[in-house]
Amino acid sequence: MKAFAPIVVVVALFAAVPLIVHSNVVLNFLVVALMIALAGQGWNILGGYGGQYSFGHAAFFGTGAYVTAILQVRYGVNAWAGFAIGIAAGAAVGAVIGALTFRSGLRGSYFALVTLAFAEVLRILASVAPITGAGVGTLIKLDLRAQAFQFQSRAVFYWVILALVALSLITAKLIERSRFGAWLIAVRENEDAAQALGVDAATVKSVAMVISGAITAAAGCFYAQYFLFVDSGIAYGTWISIEALLTPIIGGVGTVFGPLIGALVVKALGEGAQMFTGDAPGLDLVVYGAVLVLVIWFAPRGLIGGLAQARQWLTRRPAAEGSHG
Amino acid sequence: MAEPLLIVERVSRRFGGLLAVNAASLIAPEGRITALIGPNGAGKTTLFSIISGFLKPSDGSVRYAGEDVTGERPHRLARRGIARTFQIVQPFAGLTVRQNILVGAHLRHRARADALAVVQRVAGEVGLADRLDRPADTLTVAGRKRLELARALATEPRLLLLDEVLAGLNPSEIRDIVPVIRGLSARGITIVMIEHVMQAVMSLAEHIFVLAEGRMIAEGAPAQVASDPAVVEAYLGHGGAAKLGGAHGR
Amino acid sequence: MLSPAILIPAILNGLLTGAVYALVALGLTLVYGVLHIINFAHGALLTAAMFAAYFAYRFGIDPYVAIFLLAPAFFALGYALQRFVIGPASHGDDRNMLLVTLGIAVIIENALLYAFRADTRTIDVPYAFQSVDFGFTYLAVPRLIGFAAVFAVALVLWLIMSFTDTGKAIRAVAKEKLGAELAGIDVAHVYAVTFGLGTACVAIAACLLIPTYYVNPSAGNAFVLVAFTIVVLGGMGSVPGALIGGLVIGVVESLSSLFLGDSLGQVGIFLIFIAVLLVRPSGLFGARA
Repeated sequence: MKAFAPIVVVVALFAAVPLIVHSNVVLNFLVVALMIALAGQGWNILGGYGGQYSFGHAAFFGTGAYVTAILQVRYGVNAWAGFAIGIAAGAAVGAVIGALTFRSGLRGSYFALVTLAFAEVLRILASVAPITGAGVGTLIKLDLRAQAFQFQSRAVFYWVILALVALSLITAKLIERSRFGAWLIAVRENEDAAQALGVDAATVKSVAMVISGAITAAAGCFYAQYFLFVDSGIAYGTWISIEALLTPIIGGVGTVFGPLIGALVVKALGEGAQMFTGDAPGLDLVVYGAVLVLVIWFAPRGLIGGLAQARQWLTRRPAAEGSHG
Repeated sequence: MAEPLLIVERVSRRFGGLLAVNAASLIAPEGRITALIGPNGAGKTTLFSIISGFLKPSDGSVRYAGEDVTGERPHRLARRGIARTFQIVQPFAGLTVRQNILVGAHLRHRARADALAVVQRVAGEVGLADRLDRPADTLTVAGRKRLELARALATEPRLLLLDEVLAGLNPSEIRDIVPVIRGLSARGITIVMIEHVMQAVMSLAEHIFVLAEGRMIAEGAPAQVASDPAVVEAYLGHGGAAKLGGAHGR
Repeated sequence: MLSPAILIPAILNGLLTGAVYALVALGLTLVYGVLHIINFAHGALLTAAMFAAYFAYRFGIDPYVAIFLLAPAFFALGYALQRFVIGPASHGDDRNMLLVTLGIAVIIENALLYAFRADTRTIDVPYAFQSVDFGFTYLAVPRLIGFAAVFAVALVLWLIMSFTDTGKAIRAVAKEKLGAELAGIDVAHVYAVTFGLGTACVAIAACLLIPTYYVNPSAGNAFVLVAFTIVVLGGMGSVPGALIGGLVIGVVESLSSLFLGDSLGQVGIFLIFIAVLLVRPSGLFGARA
């Protein structure tokens, strides 16, 4: 229980924000940042803890967004039910991609490529399929009632996404302390050695992908409810694949809070870039790309890792008992 | 006595045109220490990889505990009780010693508390108890070898395949580890070890198999094998036995 | 079903397009074969090269002449990128290299987007619409030149690899990096040269494409995903695989566009891509993945 204290504290602090801050601009910024943090935590489960770098997490985000939107708009399904089904759909996509790629033993570059390809296929299909509204996209009707998962007050949206983020933080922590987590991390560190110790790497990776898909799909479902419009570029575009991987990398891969910290930094940088240049498209992504390269270069373990390293350095014992093996 | 725990029967493995292992057979009776020796490049590690499921044989079979396990994947064999160490040590570098061994312990224990208890016990057995919270990549070579052993032991194996676990250790480090290995055998763990350190092989092994250029060329008790001219030739080259005048191989 | 009069030109045009795809794939497979990573910046570099070719034309330089300017320039760019950015930033970790090349791709593409907006541009060379009459069909001159040029480039690369010291060093590093290093080969330099060659290929491909294709910040992407498919189909690191794979994919794309329309034609390629990765990741000619 003590292990979950940091999560409780952080979530409580975040929850208090709308009580103090009333600016819609700030709340909107935080809502979007939390949404990206959620998507990033999904990536983090597979990439940070599992070491499988997906370049196509848009596949999950977009599936969540489209499923919940289409179910509401075309089939009159309740928005909350749509949300849950959207998450399940993301998990299902994760299961399919995982089964196909991990059973074939795909790793590293190949895995990144395949995930990129899956996301692209979905994007192209979504841009032409009638059910998604093809090029025009899908618009959810404004219906400001709680039953429709739409809220007059931005603060309520904020608390909803915060709750989802809190669940994802708890999930990450539970994984860290479980046998599954120990196996997943072992696969990341050295898959062959893990196999020799009885770890069924293919299954472990597939399960991680299902969890990862579900979490990122939840972020997509939230997007649909908050912005009320989804098209193929938004749902399956490279922007979300990049942001989903950027946030854990900046914050610290394989850590519980990495994606959250990373999301705040990424979004702050994005806002900063926009203030500089107005609405010209592209500059914020240039900044993201540069940050990605710089972080990998100088702080590969992200902000959290960097802090841990600094702390180690400061409390380093003078005499080394064992030399570097 | 029952069927030997491990029976490797006429196993072969081809890599393109190269026959790395050629109809090699090996038997490891339960509870004993069996050694696999031979000059470099003989195919010993390849044979281990086949037994532990990392490679499929082109021919032949592997029987363990009375069942045919040929071609089963490594994690399944680990669950059956076959553990192996790697010739080039493969620690989980980013993790601590404790976390490394924990992975092995989790094979038989789902709950973290139970697994951690196993880690403590195993670490004590191999002499790593004082270093459990150090990052694995700060260990010395000897430390890493012990870690490799500890991880494998944590899976509570019946059969332990040790691939040159003594390589790279200085004489005093070897002197420290040999009793550990003997202790494992005394507990009933069947051990097959690939080794080049002949003193250790002679003192530990009860039965020795000699592999050269992929083929088993001799087997028997240590003294027998050491004086076998074919074995000497394999190590020293053609005519080596004659040069030594039949002295004990070293 | 469809008459030969429609199928044959589609196939031939597929071959011509496929040749240029093959050139793009060649650069990618070269980098993979030596550095053992997939260069995610490949598409962005192609886009940048296409912009460069476009502006060269605006300055009065014919695209085919521009080849001789842009190829060395982009070789230098690729060399510098690998030597001074990608290599140091990755700290020798393959996974990090993937991320760094991805980051560079994002930077280049979006810098182009920011500088030039998303407008599509084309150039008007006088021979763009000239074609040669082969009796049963007409084939466009620029595409024929492109086809020939690709094989010329492949030949030059083969000569470099087989007969120059650098080429031998590259092959040594590709086969056994540690051994090459111990033999005194400067691996960082070899990596950078290889990356430079891959980028030069892309620059040449850009010049070959610009007479008949449009330029915009996402143009390179369209090609590079096809290039990935080719490289996987032909086998990572295999030069003949890239060439043959390119021709095959060109034909497949042409035929599936014929039957399914443009967008779905692309999907067809991706599905082949995913299928190959799952069933035979080593491709037709590649070594074990």
